[in-house]
Amino acid sequence: MNSVQKLFQQKDKNLLSIYFTCGYPELTDTTKVITELEKSGVDFIEVGLPYSDPLADGPTIQDSSQVALKNGVNLDIVFEQLMTIKEANKTPLVLMGYLNQMLKYGEDKFCQKVVDCGIDTVIIPDLPMVEFENHYQRLFDKYGITNVFLITPHTSQERIKKIDNYTKAFIYVVASASITGAKGQISNQQIAYFERIKAMNLKSKLIVGFGISDKQTFNTACAYANGAIIGSAFIKFLGSSNVKSINSFISKIKN
Amino acid sequence: MKSKFHPDKNGYFGQFGGAFIPELLYPNVKELEDNYIQIIESEEFQKEYKSLLKDYVGRPSPLYFAKRLSEKYGAHIYLKREDLNHTGAHKVNNTIGQILIAQKLGKTNIIAETGAGQHGVATATVCALMGLDCTVFMGEKDIERQAPNVARMKMLGAKVVAATSGSKTLKDATNEAIRYWIQNPETFYLIGSVVGPHPHPDMVARLQAVISEEMKWQLKEKTGKENPDTIIACVGGGSNAAGAFYHYFDDEEVELIAVEAAGLGVNSGESAATSQLGEVGIIHGSKTILMQDDYGQIVEPYSISAGLDYPGVGPLHAYLYESGRAKFMNATDKEALTAAYELTKIEGIIPALETAHALAVLPKMKLNKDQVVVINLSGRGDKDLETYIKHLEE
Repeated sequence: MNSVQKLFQQKDKNLLSIYFTCGYPELTDTTKVITELEKSGVDFIEVGLPYSDPLADGPTIQDSSQVALKNGVNLDIVFEQLMTIKEANKTPLVLMGYLNQMLKYGEDKFCQKVVDCGIDTVIIPDLPMVEFENHYQRLFDKYGITNVFLITPHTSQERIKKIDNYTKAFIYVVASASITGAKGQISNQQIAYFERIKAMNLKSKLIVGFGISDKQTFNTACAYANGAIIGSAFIKFLGSSNVKSINSFISKIKN
Repeated sequence: MKSKFHPDKNGYFGQFGGAFIPELLYPNVKELEDNYIQIIESEEFQKEYKSLLKDYVGRPSPLYFAKRLSEKYGAHIYLKREDLNHTGAHKVNNTIGQILIAQKLGKTNIIAETGAGQHGVATATVCALMGLDCTVFMGEKDIERQAPNVARMKMLGAKVVAATSGSKTLKDATNEAIRYWIQNPETFYLIGSVVGPHPHPDMVARLQAVISEEMKWQLKEKTGKENPDTIIACVGGGSNAAGAFYHYFDDEEVELIAVEAAGLGVNSGESAATSQLGEVGIIHGSKTILMQDDYGQIVEPYSISAGLDYPGVGPLHAYLYESGRAKFMNATDKEALTAAYELTKIEGIIPALETAHALAVLPKMKLNKDQVVVINLSGRGDKDLETYIKHLEE
């Protein structure tokens, strides 16, 4: 069974996921961040692969990616880092990267490495459904990897139902028509959208992301979904704090 | 007639193309995909498009026999004078067409990316013409090196937004335009080249195809034959080349030459010769040939010409290259500057720096005296005067 799906069996409310960029702020921070996040009780972790041209990301994640790339991070280093904590880490990891990274690395080689690192779930924001159906579904199935689809306020009901059918881990509910990054409040319009999705009674678990930044936005999202992902706000925190103080960031959200 | 150089239903030219876009852009791209062919082929669109091209742009652009250039290189060289179009380049053929499509789709906010500023100016122009809001994304570095075009866009009422990420050039301007589009899905992204997710490359190629459509009858008038022996065009993203090649894809006897910017030299590490340096990859929503490192990180290109300073090439061109249908050559900064000066001195035409790359391959070719060569003179050099003046002494 998929690792995130297994998690949902134990807990399906108020799940907190944190996104971070590998190799940020320092090259060797990848494993430290994961270890601290696990200690602080995060439910699952999105492991961001730094990319030169991250189209779906706002300035905060773009900047962290630039810093990480300058630090010399690359896919081989990330996979090596993840291997070192494979045994110790019990928190499900979800790998997030752009399709060109996988394409250039070699699709089979990439998938094999992902599996070797004990990861079975990926988010590729620029992998469209038609390409998934025509090619990547077979590739991922071969390695037991699950792809997470994103839905947005503009995704049609029909398409959401299709995505629901393909989903084994969770559906990533993009909170607004936006790139990643903190927006402050959640609007009534967004709540109407969350309610619309909730009312569809999908079989899949729902995790809200993009624009979730603090306890308030996290709680609002969790009222309509199974959990939420915080990314940019955490990256901002990391940029100005010590990795050792991650627990202080997480406890503010959870308590 | 369907050519193998037209895309399949998923927007693929061979293995290249597709629409690799985040879910947020799906409804937008799908709306365009479902409607663009029907709109372009409609009588109403054709009437408006042709009328504006004629009376507003000044088409047909002349096909000029360059007598002294021909004498110098020992061939019959014709220049397709896209530089004489309103706004000074081929770019306006596309913006006129796309603004009409945007209107049919009920869009009122227009965004665009620009490198040299020619597409930005052409977009700002049609937005002024139609009374629509216009925002142009331009790399910070390009804003500096193409100041006259920035001023023109502003005078035309467009908002110019500096792209400050990455290399601060065309690639980054395109990233920022796409990010803005994601956040403002009601806007119409008036893309400037045969790049981006399907159907953009095909739509832009169809709108630029007027170049080769005219070339056919103009050549027939001048030489008695529709087909030249050779067509030469510069390629950044590749819109002017797509237009100049379009109606000749299946005329295999016509040699198609695409000229890329070699910057300081193909292997200097400072180049934009994508076909020589790139590998299969995904950029701006399409699978194509792309300059990248071993881990798929996009490499920052370099060219003196802002319009060719792009690490990818449209998927159509990737296919023309891979299939061998087009021959890919390149020219360095220095060769382009030399060619620009030469054309200016012997024909009295100051070409754009981009266009100068196409001219720069003439000395490298083995031409014969009966050979009919058409060079697509994609733009004029007013915007590049500062660069030209700087190199006047050299």
